[in-house]
Amino acid sequence: MTPSRKTTLGLGIALLATGLLAPVLPKWALFLVTLSIAKGLVALGLLLLMRTGLVSFGQGLYFATGAYAAGVASDAFHIGDAVPMVLLGGLAAALVAAVLGILLARYRAIFFAMLSLAFSMILYGLLVKSSALGSTDGFNVAPRTIFGLAAGSALGRYGVYAIAALVAFGSAVGVDRYLRSYLGRLAPAVRDNELRVEYMGASVRNVVHINLVIAALLTGMGGAITALAVGHIDPEMAYWTTSGEFVFVAILSGTTSVAAPFAGALLLELLRSFAYEHAPNTWQLVMGSAMLAVILFLPDGLWSVFRRRRKARA
Amino acid sequence: MSTILAVLVDGAIYASWLFIIATGLTLIYGVMRILNMAHGSLYALGAYAAASLAGAWLRAGYAPLGSYAMLVLAAILVGITVGPLIERGLLRHCYGRDEVVLVLVTYALFLIIEDAVKLVWGVESYFISEPYGLLGNLDLGDLSYPLYSVVLVLAAVLVGVGLRFGIYGTKYGKLLTAVIHDREVSAALGINVNRIYLVTFTLGTTLAAIGGALTAPTVSVVPGMGVEVIVLAFAVVVIGGLGSMQGAALGALIVGLVRSSAVHFFPQVELFSIYLVMALVLAIRPRGLFVAAEARKI
Repeated sequence: MTPSRKTTLGLGIALLATGLLAPVLPKWALFLVTLSIAKGLVALGLLLLMRTGLVSFGQGLYFATGAYAAGVASDAFHIGDAVPMVLLGGLAAALVAAVLGILLARYRAIFFAMLSLAFSMILYGLLVKSSALGSTDGFNVAPRTIFGLAAGSALGRYGVYAIAALVAFGSAVGVDRYLRSYLGRLAPAVRDNELRVEYMGASVRNVVHINLVIAALLTGMGGAITALAVGHIDPEMAYWTTSGEFVFVAILSGTTSVAAPFAGALLLELLRSFAYEHAPNTWQLVMGSAMLAVILFLPDGLWSVFRRRRKARA
Repeated sequence: MSTILAVLVDGAIYASWLFIIATGLTLIYGVMRILNMAHGSLYALGAYAAASLAGAWLRAGYAPLGSYAMLVLAAILVGITVGPLIERGLLRHCYGRDEVVLVLVTYALFLIIEDAVKLVWGVESYFISEPYGLLGNLDLGDLSYPLYSVVLVLAAVLVGVGLRFGIYGTKYGKLLTAVIHDREVSAALGINVNRIYLVTFTLGTTLAAIGGALTAPTVSVVPGMGVEVIVLAFAVVVIGGLGSMQGAALGALIVGLVRSSAVHFFPQVELFSIYLVMALVLAIRPRGLFVAAEARKI
């Protein structure tokens, strides 16, 4: 079996398990998994950027764009079905990235991180001041139908869960295929040595730009799914601390596997809900310490533990 | 006319505050190549320490003017304890790694300090407003400013002049400049780079804490107060050019004036005007106003 088939099969099994688990999971767990999948999508986008050698402290920009696009689509344009809302969210974010990417694709390292942070803070400032979008309070989002079926409360929950799982499956398979393609293989080359990539006749700027747009598409869909699951959106989604949390998930997961971001996000959400319950004021302390431990001792992310063991056995 | 004066004075006060904080950030970056995401938390630490120490001083009934000394003392205490702790305990193990990795390390540090502050001082807010009103007001035409703001401006000038003299006028400053230009050659020539790093980080921490300590009397000291400061300080140093002291001064002035004119003329754009300027400067001069472009290396 080719490696790409193997990944698809693995992801398919994960999708099936997610589906089979749905009826057994209590309400809170269903919500938690939906949210983790949404954040996992954002981290998957960051994985793509990190493979290119870029760390963005401004993914909140695309996250909020996706969420607000989904909300506005339902409020102003009467698109009430959850599926087009999620797709619109992704497309809107991708469009923003396509425009900003003209500028962003010229930057690397900390300058890339800072400029993306500046852009996300601009959006935050705009959202806070726009009363039509609810200023600091944001507004409520609720799909009227899901897959064309009326969205009752129970059905709504399962519907959003199903959409999240399907989108995640599609995205993970897509990103895996992309990473094995010509363009995808250029990403680590750009990270290692840009000038040599240019000598070979490939355009570094295009590689970066395309990866930015793909990452934004994933992040936008993640934002829209979050909006549907939570039922509410506010400007905090664009604040830099939100982006920082995504970076945390991406560091935790590493860049070796397309499934890792989802596992990392689930771990984060589980940790968070337990920490909130037992020691609410130490949550960030735990998160920061975990991040330091991963950076210092497992630079390839938690997932690399499995890899290493597999290699050792072989 | 008085509006323009108000814009200028407000801008200058805001710029002074920003300069004190941003100059510590740019110093650490210039010497150590670390973009310190925890700088805002160090600022918050300074504010908390100042509120506790000056508060205790005033409650004990000593001369109220002494509370100013307590503010500065608190900042220095934070600087010389927390600074070396972070540098020796954590950052030293990360030298030689990628700049972006160090950003992530200090981001983790930011998360840790945010909660550590809550564990030590609790989540309620602290007020210590006595030093703010103590000096009375200064009248400028029909505008009235608390004299404390003038103290803030003087403090910023003092910090700027002091650092300039320290870097260009002393032997230690020359060693520092050598390390900035080439760390390895400096080490080969016998400069104790490790000690320079320790001193630099301690000084940078102290500056952040002074910024916080001097702000403490003007605001309520609450958890999360450093979260916004760090992105503002980033904007300032990125506009001026990372690692450049003059850049930090100019960046602080630009940001101060942009914000105060936004507040007076277009209040709805106040929040993002600063980041807009930052994005514009980066778009035109990718490395900031005061840093020359770098040649690409193979």
